[in-house]
Amino acid sequence: MYDVIIIGGGVTGCAAAAELAKYELGICVIEKESDVCEGTSKANSAIVHAGFDAEPGTLKAKLNVRGNAMIRELYKKLDFAFKQNGAMVLCFDEAQLPDLEKLLEKGKKNGVEGLEIITGDEARASEPNLSADVKYALYAPTSGIVCPFEMTLAFAENAFENGAEFKLSTMVTGIEKMSGGYKVITDKGEFETRAIFNCAGVYADDISEMVAEKRFTITPRKGEYMLMDRDAGSTVSHTIFQLPTKMGKGILVTPTVHGNLLVGPTAENIDDKENTATTASGIAEVKAKGSLSVEGLPFNKVITSFTGLRAVGDTHDFIIEEAATNFFNAAGIESPGLTSAPAIAEMLRELLSNNTDLKIKENYKATRKGLVHFAELDRKSQNALIKENPAYGNIVCRCETITEGEIIDAINRPLGATTLDGVKRRTRAGMGRCQAGFCSPKTILLLSEKLGCGIGDIKKNGRQEVCEDA
Amino acid sequence: MREFDIVIVGGGPAGMAAAVSAREQGMENIVIFERDNELGGILNQCIHNGFGLHTFKEELTGPEYAERYAEKVRDMNIPYETETMVLDISKERVVTILSRNRGVEEIRAKAVILAMGCRERPRGALNIPGFRPQGVYTAGTAQKLVNCEGYVPGKEVVILGSGDIGLIMARRMTLEGAHVAAVAELMPYSSGLKRNIVQCLDDFGIPLLLSHTVVDIKGKEKLEGVVIAEVDSTNTTIAGTEQFYPCDTLLLSCGLIPENELSKNCGVGIDPRTNGPIVDEGLETDIDGVFACGNVLHVHDLVDFVSEEAARAGESAAAFVKRGCAPDSTSAIKIVPKNGVRYTVPAEIHTADLLGDVHIRFRVTGVYKDCSIVIKAGDDELVRRKSRILVPSEMLDIIIKKEKLESVSCDITVEIEEV
Amino acid sequence: MTRNLICINCPMGCELTVEFDGGKVISVSGNTCKRGEIYAESEISNPTRTITTTVISVEGRPVPVKTAQPVPKGMIAECTAAIKAAEVHLPVKVGQVIIDDLLGTGSQVTVTKSVQ
Repeated sequence: MYDVIIIGGGVTGCAAAAELAKYELGICVIEKESDVCEGTSKANSAIVHAGFDAEPGTLKAKLNVRGNAMIRELYKKLDFAFKQNGAMVLCFDEAQLPDLEKLLEKGKKNGVEGLEIITGDEARASEPNLSADVKYALYAPTSGIVCPFEMTLAFAENAFENGAEFKLSTMVTGIEKMSGGYKVITDKGEFETRAIFNCAGVYADDISEMVAEKRFTITPRKGEYMLMDRDAGSTVSHTIFQLPTKMGKGILVTPTVHGNLLVGPTAENIDDKENTATTASGIAEVKAKGSLSVEGLPFNKVITSFTGLRAVGDTHDFIIEEAATNFFNAAGIESPGLTSAPAIAEMLRELLSNNTDLKIKENYKATRKGLVHFAELDRKSQNALIKENPAYGNIVCRCETITEGEIIDAINRPLGATTLDGVKRRTRAGMGRCQAGFCSPKTILLLSEKLGCGIGDIKKNGRQEVCEDA
Repeated sequence: MREFDIVIVGGGPAGMAAAVSAREQGMENIVIFERDNELGGILNQCIHNGFGLHTFKEELTGPEYAERYAEKVRDMNIPYETETMVLDISKERVVTILSRNRGVEEIRAKAVILAMGCRERPRGALNIPGFRPQGVYTAGTAQKLVNCEGYVPGKEVVILGSGDIGLIMARRMTLEGAHVAAVAELMPYSSGLKRNIVQCLDDFGIPLLLSHTVVDIKGKEKLEGVVIAEVDSTNTTIAGTEQFYPCDTLLLSCGLIPENELSKNCGVGIDPRTNGPIVDEGLETDIDGVFACGNVLHVHDLVDFVSEEAARAGESAAAFVKRGCAPDSTSAIKIVPKNGVRYTVPAEIHTADLLGDVHIRFRVTGVYKDCSIVIKAGDDELVRRKSRILVPSEMLDIIIKKEKLESVSCDITVEIEEV
Repeated sequence: MTRNLICINCPMGCELTVEFDGGKVISVSGNTCKRGEIYAESEISNPTRTITTTVISVEGRPVPVKTAQPVPKGMIAECTAAIKAAEVHLPVKVGQVIIDDLLGTGSQVTVTKSVQ
């Protein structure tokens, strides 16, 4: 019997696993996809928000500001890519200055440090590509950018190293109350546990209803994005938001932590929790609104477009609660969910500790070493690495300069990649301008060799059934 | 630090021909760096025939064409290092390479020939809406999987774009037992060669849908089908023409992009029309001692043209090494593409330092019938050639005599005159 | 009988109309030059194609091959099947013959790439 089963291997679930793994607990993360970070966590703005946006007093406000502070320390311990690049919220109309000031006040109430309103000219002085129409901007120095895959993986691997189990490609189909806990029924068997963390993203309402009465509804909100080549990555250096107008919430333009340029998202409530398709109208909207902030955005340098689904709850705040005895919801984790993840994990742990005695693990490992990124090493370290393992002397992904050694590491390490997308998210192989045109045949061969299955069994994404038994 | 007279980046058809030609000019200390594990480049996966009619006066397959050049390279004892990636080229021609055996190494070159080839335009750059499932490949990636790995990615196929690789893959997939439902082409004309339309589509009854494109991709994990619709003259979808094609494979053959990341980092000026370096008549870029040829310079449709062009780059690089300096820039004149001409290679000529006659290669902007190609220096007509038809899919090559050029002192224009 | 063909000799792509009786061409129209007529003649009387494909070697590697001479167009499918069925052992050298007479067409099938 487990102490805690965490349903959902997104950033919330993995952060919770990493938090609980500090203690003497039997933990199991159950994820329906073949990899962690497959849902909302993988397709979002990748922003570590400062925390001025949420209404003061809400969980969103509290956990955002706390999460921001935590991530600014955690990335060093858990070795994931993060950069505190600062953000600006633009206003295009003198008449909107009071709205910007309200945002400033909200931020101050939430405890966000360093906020200030600057003029359009001051904004353009540090961001020369900003539109001439920008009148004022709210500057937020604590805002940052992060690699959401790396962050989620870092939590997952750290949890794994500290003893947490992961059951991937496993879908929860029911939960039964039993004496002293719950029986979690999946398509891969039944598992008993004392407590459950429901971190199931857009499916959190369905999971909650397996145990408790209907408490809330999660509506998937579609957000479409366009990602541009590194050539365009220096178009802006800060994350650029727009003050919401009558036309709706604006679209952001931001560098990514790996040097690309990201523009998006749209916001459209939909019914289908699997509908991650992009649309012609969504792409058109991203182009039109993004161009308000930055003139001449280089849309000819787009390398891919994608859609994420935000898990929007009907309570308009995060739902973090004990919904039934030892059944804890972490639901409605929309933006700023990525930023808040470590703080949500802390809060879940506190809720659990009301019923459970938590004992610190003796040999707990607080740090985790990520994959080697060959291209980021200095010359001497590169050569030392190649001497030790010549696979680091062979480039597989030429666009992002990713070596065979990195890909093998991504496959072989704990919770390793089993799909092309899994390799891509761990190493960035295939994430560049040719979008895996050249490297995918080689990566497929490496996957097939390491996993011991045929080329035809290697999938791009999704659930990996065949290789599991291999 | 190892030092070479000429470093050739890429061991495909361009790199091999450049190396052979440089050696014929007496260059002893040269080397080819190839990232793959053998010479030949993309020709190794182009197992179809139609190569070599100009160069060898016979019809060869891609690997056979490559092997002929690889044999020359070996017969002439030209050193080549495979599984070696060039990471960087500096303005001073210090070349940084990476390999298993030697690790990261810096090398000094008197001249560098860029011959890195091109890559395919991926789905993301085409902004096709829909899901991003397994089963969407660029035609070249599928070609590599089928021909080099023996893996056929699907059974029911739709192809977007009628570039030559897409057409070739329509036939290839058919021969491998797949059913190709259609080839959709956004433009009202194909960007592939006519012979490929006949031999790869018509022979197998595969429909070519001109002025059509893919407007939606269905299937979350695995491709389930695509929606194809007709477009009007502004490339806007015509409502009501959408049709669903069930398929497990979508191949994209929507254009090739010269792979110039190394060139750009080196500071080489890029022509936005070709996406390749701006070069002079000796195929020298605006960085002294750095030359470019083949698909990295501009995308070719015939490998024979690549070999010929690369041989000139090899010759010029050899001349540069012997001379020890770039041509006298005071004699430079520009070549300006005008009416109906999209670009020219070269973009400028040094009339004082001509090694021989000058090839001007270019593509037209649309289909022109019964027209003339006119090349002028001011009002002085240098070349006038009549043509029954000119199409964008065919690269044109006009040779201007050295003697004619030596007296020219103003810019040269290339244009299409319609009758 | 008449058939419409597209001439493949040059980018012009003339749309030819061929009138024929059995394998004998009576008239060709739509062509702009003599080459169109010759093309139509061969397409009607005996259209042939070179087949290029791969054979998976016994060791599991694909070996690129071609028909050394063009074969009748109507036999592409059966010829391809016969080529696929050939047993090939590595290593092979370019030019090596793997089938001497492909289904009585008189064409050899040869290796187009040396594979170790």
